[in-house]
Amino acid sequence: MEKLLNWVDARFPLTATWKAHLSEYYAPKNFNFWYYFGSLAILVLVIQIVTGIFLTMNYKPDASQAFASVEYIMRDVPYGWLIRYAHSTGASAFFIVVYLHMFRAMLYGSHRKPRELIWIFGVLIYLVLMAEAFMGYLLPWGQMSYWGAQVIVNLFAAVPFIGEDLSIWIRGDYVVSDATLNRFFAFHVIALPLVLLGLIAAHIVALHEVGSNNPDGVEIKKKKDEQGRPLDGIPFHPYYTVKDILGVVVFLIVFSAIVFFAPEMNGYFLEANNFIPADPLKTPEHIAPVWYFTPYYAILRAIPPMFGSQFPGVLAMGVAVLIFFLLPWLDRSPVKSIRYRGPYFKIALTLFVIAFIGLGWLGILPATELYTWIARVLTVVYFAFFLLMPWYTKHDAHKQEPERVTAK
Amino acid sequence: MSEMTVDSSKRRFLVAMSSTLGGVAAVGAALPFVFSMNPSARALAAGAPVEVDLSKIEPGMKVDVEWRGKPVWVVHRTPEMLELLGKHDDKLTDPNSDNTNQQPPYCKNPTRAIKPEYFIVVGICTHLGCSPTYRKEVGPADLGADWPGGWFCPCHGSRFDMAARVFKGSPAPTNLVVPPHKYLSESKVLIGEDQGASA
Amino acid sequence: MSKTQKRIVGSLLVLVLGLPFGVHAAGAEVRLDKAPVNINDQESLQRGARVFVNYCLNCHSANYMRYTRMTDIGLTEAQIKDNLLYAADKPGETMTVAMRPKDAKEWFGAAPPDLTVITRSRGADWVYTYLRTFYRDDSRPTGWNNLVFDKVGMPHVLHELQGHLTPVVHEVTGEDGKPHHVIERLALAKPGKMTLAEYDALVADLVNYLTWMGEPAKAQRMRTGVAVILFLSLFFVVAFYLKKEFWRDVH
Repeated sequence: MEKLLNWVDARFPLTATWKAHLSEYYAPKNFNFWYYFGSLAILVLVIQIVTGIFLTMNYKPDASQAFASVEYIMRDVPYGWLIRYAHSTGASAFFIVVYLHMFRAMLYGSHRKPRELIWIFGVLIYLVLMAEAFMGYLLPWGQMSYWGAQVIVNLFAAVPFIGEDLSIWIRGDYVVSDATLNRFFAFHVIALPLVLLGLIAAHIVALHEVGSNNPDGVEIKKKKDEQGRPLDGIPFHPYYTVKDILGVVVFLIVFSAIVFFAPEMNGYFLEANNFIPADPLKTPEHIAPVWYFTPYYAILRAIPPMFGSQFPGVLAMGVAVLIFFLLPWLDRSPVKSIRYRGPYFKIALTLFVIAFIGLGWLGILPATELYTWIARVLTVVYFAFFLLMPWYTKHDAHKQEPERVTAK
Repeated sequence: MSEMTVDSSKRRFLVAMSSTLGGVAAVGAALPFVFSMNPSARALAAGAPVEVDLSKIEPGMKVDVEWRGKPVWVVHRTPEMLELLGKHDDKLTDPNSDNTNQQPPYCKNPTRAIKPEYFIVVGICTHLGCSPTYRKEVGPADLGADWPGGWFCPCHGSRFDMAARVFKGSPAPTNLVVPPHKYLSESKVLIGEDQGASA
Repeated sequence: MSKTQKRIVGSLLVLVLGLPFGVHAAGAEVRLDKAPVNINDQESLQRGARVFVNYCLNCHSANYMRYTRMTDIGLTEAQIKDNLLYAADKPGETMTVAMRPKDAKEWFGAAPPDLTVITRSRGADWVYTYLRTFYRDDSRPTGWNNLVFDKVGMPHVLHELQGHLTPVVHEVTGEDGKPHHVIERLALAKPGKMTLAEYDALVADLVNYLTWMGEPAKAQRMRTGVAVILFLSLFFVVAFYLKKEFWRDVH
């Protein structure tokens, strides 16, 4: 065994990689609940890739066969129902995990210097994930798939001058059609997953270069022992591997409960209208995107058309996503963690969470006059959180950060 | 850090337990994926046994049916055809059907059939998978005067008699395969299910 | 804003945005009756399957459903073949119909939808209510209308069993100041071969069958789920102590 390892190590940095990223990668010892979601995101990625590969074996990216092939998987393929439900639940699980992961960063200032690039890679991952989910949602070729794609692609038509041509180029047709389905399939199963894997690799490499942040937002690398090990660091393996195993098991219990007992999640994970085959001549009564897009959808609907164009709404929706990139530079506070920040930031973050969830909720509901007004207020709150951040973080009170992390 | 006394036996036990459970979980998670690659209900339905009505086949005629995507020949052999069968055993590779892979046990007989007049065989040459041509006429010019009627493979020239037994000197190594089949009634046969097997 | 105004503004917004605004304002909601679904009741499922094959499968297909799958609800292949196989030759086939969609569109105005997953798109309660609330309406080409599906294209196929219901209406003054007829309830005008209770039971069996057919793997899903959760709970206990044991090192 030893010999074999030596043989490999002379040719491939196996032991060195193991050490650098696990057994001698020092992570702060005070990670809390919020620090599970990074490894869980990788788990969901694996679930999605494996179930996705097996779905591809039986799915047909053809407008005349797609819907039937999904039912074929659900009925005729042995355990096809399990693979499909795991994939559809995994899509939602991915966003839940990623949203919590992003929220953790905002809580403890994980996006701040020197981790800006980790954050940028992370937001890119989020963007690709949205595209991946959106294109994947077309594939079952149900009514919701079809009209959801129709509406979203039409948003591109609102871009001034080139919009109409742009949306036709995306669809490869005048409406969402077989051509669209086929190209979305290509993007969904190969192009975007490749980009995603590359970005995730970059995200982790960057993280392991600078080291993990922690709930106190202090750098553990500043205080080291004689051997150069951070005093407040513990090797990722075994301490965080055993901790993450516990997290994985808890996650799998929740995940399995949904897959086996509520795969439709009352219409939020699998929508009732998507059990009707796509019909280009008949729009369903009420279209709502899947829940993970609804905050942005609500922003889109909240902005009234201006100068006879829907473009401002589309622009606002785009900016609402892209503005996350700027977060590391908008934040001017001398401290990173919410533990040592003052009331301004705490209030701002609370309002932002309320706005985000509120917009998500409104995006599911049909737009009435009242709801549209609430959505407008929440949209203002959403953007104010970012745009006023340089001001309120600069003038906010703050407590002195401790020298070292504060484990319980 | 680890100055404290470590209960290493407890630790080893927990690691072993977790590894075992993890292994079970991995296998359990893999199984549905493995099973999903088995034939689907559609494939099974398409490969289901095929019923053939023998009463509609004229003496001497051959009917092709598809079973599991393969051509299966059902031939109504005439008494003359059956009589010729026993006269060329010396020219055959396996005249007594001793190769048990090529027919079910109930067809290991001189006519390779349950009822001699009805011959059922998979029409795929055991050489390289071509489908031989039905040549029932005796002694045609191209096959020679001693041709007793049977099948001739156009790809590489394998020759089979009216019980699909291969002639010596053919590239094909074995007789053609007789599929499992059973009689449902006097004139109805079910291809794909063994005699005596329950429905 | 009046309802019509709202609707006009709504459709304009749809035109402008390509998004469905305010569609919810249209159409009054009818309260749906709870369908007594129990996919473990095999006898009910078998009765439902018979009703489905006899009455629905003439016009509606269930293209993704194989006859052989009914072995899951306690029928043997021979029983399926003898009692339920009118529209197909082999039990391995799916429940297709001979009627061509184009003809169907000419006869009914719209092709009868495939019913394989109808309870998953409409909901069992909707189907249960729908099948019991057909009423006479001479303004309709078929002579039939429905409480939950206004101006429905399908005639009341089961009217011989249920009998004829007629609406009991009362007049209200609408927002526009004009009198409107509002259906209060349906009354039995001409009894059918069954009592209304018997008919409800028949529809309940049918809806039960449709629900089962929407997801035949559901029973297996539930069973597998229980085993998986039990296993993971055991794993949780071990993982918990594993983590606790190692983390004793960390101060």
